[in-house]
Amino acid sequence: MAWELKSDRSIYLQLMEYIQRRIVSGEYQSGDKLPSVRELAADAEVNPNTMQKALAELERGGLIYTNRTSGRFITQDEALIQETKHALAKDQLSDFLEKMKQLGFVNKDIKNILLEAVKELEQ
Amino acid sequence: MNIILECESLTKKYNGFTALSDVNLTFERGKIIGLLGPNGSGKTTLIKLINGLLVPDNGKIRINNMEPGVETKKAVSYLPDKTYLNDWMKTKDIIDFFGDFYLDFDKVKAYEMLKRLNINANDRLKTMSKGTKEKVQLILVMSRNADLYCLDEPIGGVDPASREYILNTIISNYNENASVLLSTHLISDIENVLDDVIFLQNGKVAMTSSVEDIRTNHGKSVDALFREVFKC
Repeated sequence: MAWELKSDRSIYLQLMEYIQRRIVSGEYQSGDKLPSVRELAADAEVNPNTMQKALAELERGGLIYTNRTSGRFITQDEALIQETKHALAKDQLSDFLEKMKQLGFVNKDIKNILLEAVKELEQ
Repeated sequence: MNIILECESLTKKYNGFTALSDVNLTFERGKIIGLLGPNGSGKTTLIKLINGLLVPDNGKIRINNMEPGVETKKAVSYLPDKTYLNDWMKTKDIIDFFGDFYLDFDKVKAYEMLKRLNINANDRLKTMSKGTKEKVQLILVMSRNADLYCLDEPIGGVDPASREYILNTIISNYNENASVLLSTHLISDIENVLDDVIFLQNGKVAMTSSVEDIRTNHGKSVDALFREVFKC
């Protein structure tokens, strides 16, 4: 998942979301060691202090933990990873619902469209 | 000591024209700071004052608690807006020259960066394109282990792919005790890399802010805010 940062939103929040997504998608596996702040910052082309802030916030939430001597690691708390995954899914859904409402759809229509789309996907 | 640079009511006039007027600024260590402003707003004047190439008419500058001079030049790595290197020189000769001149110059780092950017150390400056010349100069400046890097328009003439590499070089080469001050017009290319920005307007500080604060408080990029503040 490449870092594509929007220009009108807080950078560290976007970095947090990216790392969360990498964790829940399995790109970063539970228990994996994270690259250093500097490597991550260079990769995302952002300021190292901003990356540091994003990691510190993730650490506060428990998705990442620091081992004093050997760096930062992804949590091994599977329940927390699943919880994060569902929270991210909820965000996506509420974005989707809001946009559909802007297009003038009511809940019933949205439900039907969604069911149709899922059916098409399954075929 | 957390402050690397302090400007106190700094004023500079050229024949009655006020280029900088009552500028007060404090830079902390470990930060990348963007000096932004339209043409003629005083960016280069401020950078030249920091490097002792100009003398203030009023006010003070202190770098590591010293006025600009021999001692501060040891601590400040400066990329000027115009080249001052002899163009008959080969890159490797200039590297030796810098190695002689600056105690903190790291030749290994310089050759590494040349290699990454496919620049031949045996080429003379005058045979190079404008962008390649700029890259060589930036490599020289970033190969020092300085406390403060002053970069006057470091990416102006460089193609977008090299720009990425150069930004990466800046991110990965300064240490937590050093700061980078860079002036540029290419705000959108560089704003993710900055901690703080300073907007200069007609020789005055129009605004200082962190990039995160601008995004959070204004809901727009630094580039968009700049266009709004300096709308012609």
